Amino acid sequence: MLIVAPFLIPLLAAIATALLRSHLGAQRTIGVAASAALLASGLALAARTSDGAILVSAMGGWALPFGIAIVVDLFSAIMISIAGLMALAVSIYALGPGAGRRDRAGFQPLFHALMFGVCGAFCAGDIFNLYVWFEVMLIASFGLLVLDRTREQIDGGVRYVVLNLIGTTIFLIAVGLLYGQLGTLNFADLARVAPSAENQGLLAAIGVMLLIAFGAKAAVFPLFNWLPAAYHTASMPVAAIFAALLTKVGVYAILRVFTLVFGHDAAFFGPVFGAIAAATMVTGVLGAAMHYDVRRILSFHIVSQIGYMIVGVALMTPAALAAAVLYVVHHIVVKANLFLVAGAIRRESGSFALGRCGGLWCAAPVLSLLFVVPAFSLAGLPPLSGFWGKLAVIRSGFEAEAYLLAATALAVGVLTLYSMVKIWNEAFWKAAPVGARVRPWTRRERVAVYTPIAMLACVTLTIGVWVEPFAALAHTAAESLLDREAYIAAVLGADRALAEVAR
Amino acid sequence: MESLSALTIGALAGIAVYLFLARDLPRVLIGFVLLGTAANLSIFAAGRIGPFVPPIVEPGMAALAAEAANPLPQALILTAIVIGFGLAVFALMLVVRAQRTFGGVDHSGLTEAEPADSDARAAAPPDSFRPAAERKAA
Repeated sequence: MLIVAPFLIPLLAAIATALLRSHLGAQRTIGVAASAALLASGLALAARTSDGAILVSAMGGWALPFGIAIVVDLFSAIMISIAGLMALAVSIYALGPGAGRRDRAGFQPLFHALMFGVCGAFCAGDIFNLYVWFEVMLIASFGLLVLDRTREQIDGGVRYVVLNLIGTTIFLIAVGLLYGQLGTLNFADLARVAPSAENQGLLAAIGVMLLIAFGAKAAVFPLFNWLPAAYHTASMPVAAIFAALLTKVGVYAILRVFTLVFGHDAAFFGPVFGAIAAATMVTGVLGAAMHYDVRRILSFHIVSQIGYMIVGVALMTPAALAAAVLYVVHHIVVKANLFLVAGAIRRESGSFALGRCGGLWCAAPVLSLLFVVPAFSLAGLPPLSGFWGKLAVIRSGFEAEAYLLAATALAVGVLTLYSMVKIWNEAFWKAAPVGARVRPWTRRERVAVYTPIAMLACVTLTIGVWVEPFAALAHTAAESLLDREAYIAAVLGADRALAEVAR
Repeated sequence: MESLSALTIGALAGIAVYLFLARDLPRVLIGFVLLGTAANLSIFAAGRIGPFVPPIVEPGMAALAAEAANPLPQALILTAIVIGFGLAVFALMLVVRAQRTFGGVDHSGLTEAEPADSDARAAAPPDSFRPAAERKAA
């Protein structure tokens, strides 16, 4: 029962909030409660899998690999937990400024439908189901993106929709070709038959198609253009949950599929991922350097940071994958928090444009302190979580003798600091522009905005100061990602003999 | 039969790419629908094409007959058609909305989200990023 909770909870919440259309108060209560329940289910799953165990469930009682497999290992459980934490933070934040209009437009059902797709993708045990979860997530994200129906959003929405539709269609074609080649769609079964497939060249071509599909989702170079074109147009809670989770589902899919199904072909995919990782880091951070709108700076930094996660797949060592897992966790918390802070900057100074902000160090000292934590964590300053994430990535790069990649990661860290200092100088440090007038906060708004920001800043500090258990968990998750035999045995297990006969 | 279906899929995908390059959005949308059809046909072809009997287990039998068609691709395609339809409907609504908002379907006119003259709009560089001489002149 626990294993289906991560997607059952958001599904029920989405249905309940959709049915309670005109009862906004009830919708919000359900929304926050469901997000908290999601976090609890993720933590329970992580506790169950923390020793490297793999939980498997065959839906409808069909024997695997024919039935629909729901598989949760430690990496999935970590992702579900962190998704639950983000859902909770954003649900609370969404009670703040603009809540009435947003909720009347249908924010709550769409938000939980998005979490339904995201958590389903983390539990998927076969590649066609992964496709279906991607689509659930995508259609919900389309709705969320254009929620306010402003001109800017319609324009950003068109770019986002067109590029993502092409990406998922390529994913679908790759799934069909993979089935034609290997005769199965179950991840464990694919991992079993892929190394002995006769036409490895064709298999690698299918791998590249999947790389394009997941890469478009994860916003890696050169497929990232839709992200900075669209994210900054969304309303702030939506942008925060997008920044936290959508690209990371793409990263999750890359980590899962390219360790499990294409893990035997690392000699071909390793250098490809290496080049992608370096180019993604550099282009993202340079894009951020030239912008003066807080949201656009942060959007480009999402792209840049994805590069660090791809380094893990490029090197394919246990240390590098552990670094990638740790980095994903750190990045989700920090990036969502920065978007939440950006919303608060807007509320405090009336604009996202740095030229029109200023003086927040005097006007909102608490917000200033809360900005410093995620911003310097993103840049990788000790003792914050980003320091450990970057340290792990760069160290695994040096250990695997990928010096160029490690050096790029270091240089990009410095440029990240430049962008963060730019926001600090402009929005917080310089004098407030003349004639700026700000509506005073209501008590409710202040609580709704500051609670999640403080909560996520505490998580960042905790990971930073007390990194040992998180690093150990990431290491166990990385080892179970690389241990394909254990995954195959756990999923097919006793049914394996049956599968052989039926083939 | 296989080469015919391969040619069909190739032609559909080619037309789709051509339509993606068009400047008006409804054409891009039709391109997406065609590419979806090409994807569905390629899944169908992946499950072997030939003179098969329908994949129905005869009464008294425990398994499919050897010459039965592969039922799995058909199930996958059904799912994909439903999903593709939903996405196409959403995209169509978005195109209609864009047309009403911007007064046309030519996407080269869509510059709201990423304005080309970003200096003149809200995203202008703050004063402290301009050279001192320029600031004085202003």
